[in-house]
Amino acid sequence: MLRFLSARLLATIPVVFGVTVAVFSMLYLIPGDPVKMMLSEFQSTPEQIAHMRAQLHLDDPPWIQYGRFVWNGLHGDLGMSIRDDRPVTQEIEEVFPSTVVLAVAALAISATLGVTLGIIAALRQNTWADVTTMMLATLGISMPSFWLALMLIFIFSLYFGLLPAAGGGEPGHLGDILAHLIMPAVALGVGAAAIIARLTRSSMLDVLRLEYMNTARAKGLNGATVVLRHGLQNALIPIITIFGLQFGALLAGTVFIETVFGRPGLGRLVVNAILNKDFPLV
Amino acid sequence: MADALAAAAPAARARTRTRWQMLAPRIRRHRGLLLGAGILVCLSAIALAQNTVAPQNPIKIDITQALQPPNRAHVMGTDAFGRDVFSRVVHGARISLTVGAISVVIAATVGTTVGLVAGYAGGSVDAVAMRIIDVLLAFPGVLLALGIVSVLGPNLQNLMIAVGVSGIPVYARLVRSTVLVAKEQLYVEAARVIGVPIPVILARHILPNVGAPIIVAASLGMGTSILAAAGLSFIGLGSTPPTPEWGRMLTEGRDYLRDAWWISTFPGIAIMITVLGVNLLGDGLRDVLDPRLRV
Repeated sequence: MLRFLSARLLATIPVVFGVTVAVFSMLYLIPGDPVKMMLSEFQSTPEQIAHMRAQLHLDDPPWIQYGRFVWNGLHGDLGMSIRDDRPVTQEIEEVFPSTVVLAVAALAISATLGVTLGIIAALRQNTWADVTTMMLATLGISMPSFWLALMLIFIFSLYFGLLPAAGGGEPGHLGDILAHLIMPAVALGVGAAAIIARLTRSSMLDVLRLEYMNTARAKGLNGATVVLRHGLQNALIPIITIFGLQFGALLAGTVFIETVFGRPGLGRLVVNAILNKDFPLV
Repeated sequence: MADALAAAAPAARARTRTRWQMLAPRIRRHRGLLLGAGILVCLSAIALAQNTVAPQNPIKIDITQALQPPNRAHVMGTDAFGRDVFSRVVHGARISLTVGAISVVIAATVGTTVGLVAGYAGGSVDAVAMRIIDVLLAFPGVLLALGIVSVLGPNLQNLMIAVGVSGIPVYARLVRSTVLVAKEQLYVEAARVIGVPIPVILARHILPNVGAPIIVAASLGMGTSILAAAGLSFIGLGSTPPTPEWGRMLTEGRDYLRDAWWISTFPGIAIMITVLGVNLLGDGLRDVLDPRLRV
């Protein structure tokens, strides 16, 4: 066992190395000179440009820049954002909680919604309830999340004026934060909810057929206890595995949702950094 | 005795049918698959005949017609530049279907090759290939495609490449695991012993096993690709204006959402219907093909 674990751990090292090389290459290769972008507001002399480049170590050969990138990264220094002239770590720290909150909220919504619908569909297999829920689920995974976000904004913010359309909400005001959180979390979570619903249904169906279900029913337990306690417990195992995978996908999805809702967050930070060619920030 | 044999022969010959004949009745019964296929056929027809279906020019600017709600002349209204939304949606069909198809082709070809080689060769080749695939997998969702597009520059070709590359790991791992199982089969070992060259073994004995999961993954993957491409265009890292790409149209409509909801709504519905068709088809294929056709 130990040997297996250590072999697997050893295998991840080249992967991490590969990822850092990939990320650095992307940064290095992104077209556009950051120095020119920063200094373009002023009429700068060639000396100033050269001085800036030296300051940012942009003239060193790629492998040295890569080495500095990794070395600094290991020390927790991710560099200074070119655009805002603030430490990257600080910028990330500021927005990181917002993104995590969004992803967690979306996961919570999708889990509740998905599992409930999945159970209903499994219990009423092949009735119209089952068919409708599964059609809704298929529709859910076909929907672009950013489009749903726009539609939600349109309906709830602009037409009914119920919920705020943009921003993260006043820090400290829980109600306001929640009001700003609902629509983005729903928009983000629908896709995951659909996937979870389908998985719950098939998992429940598998479990419901097993022998110990009949045993439980023969014991005289009522329907709800049988279903929920015995069936769901075991059906939940693969579902929880999916939660983990979905969380990663949700984090990626925050990129779009944060852009649409103007929420502060890692996703929007990444996009803006790329658009502004802000290397260290990316 | 001879008569019994002669009588049995035609019966035996009649019992073996082609794979297609075995599948056809199952396909006919699966409503989801038929619906999905129908949607895609209609979309393809619209895409091919786009100038007949929507004769109005999708990129010509005419400010005098700007921001009209859906009416008789413009079924889906006009956008901020006076362009007919219906026409832009129709012309976007070809773009989205092409982007989706080509990304999937890229991902499936490269991924299958890697998976075949890694799975069959095993050993260090397998280990190296899988580590590279793991690097690709380390980037969640569209982030890899995001990075690639930002390096290469935002246009349609790079969009296809980026989404394609980010899809490679799925096929690589799928094919590899199927190959690992298939190469243990007795007939493969027999072929190897006889001296059949490796590429022929791969093509004739292993590939057919792999075919079914790839088809399913490709159909479902096309939906993801279309969504990813639309998403990247939505952020501004995909197609360039004035291309009538659906994701881009969603962004263009954002500023006018309050007063001109139609600019963003219809392209989104188009995306949804397309991906729905692809997903229905993929689900249907999965139900029909697996596991009844294990060779």
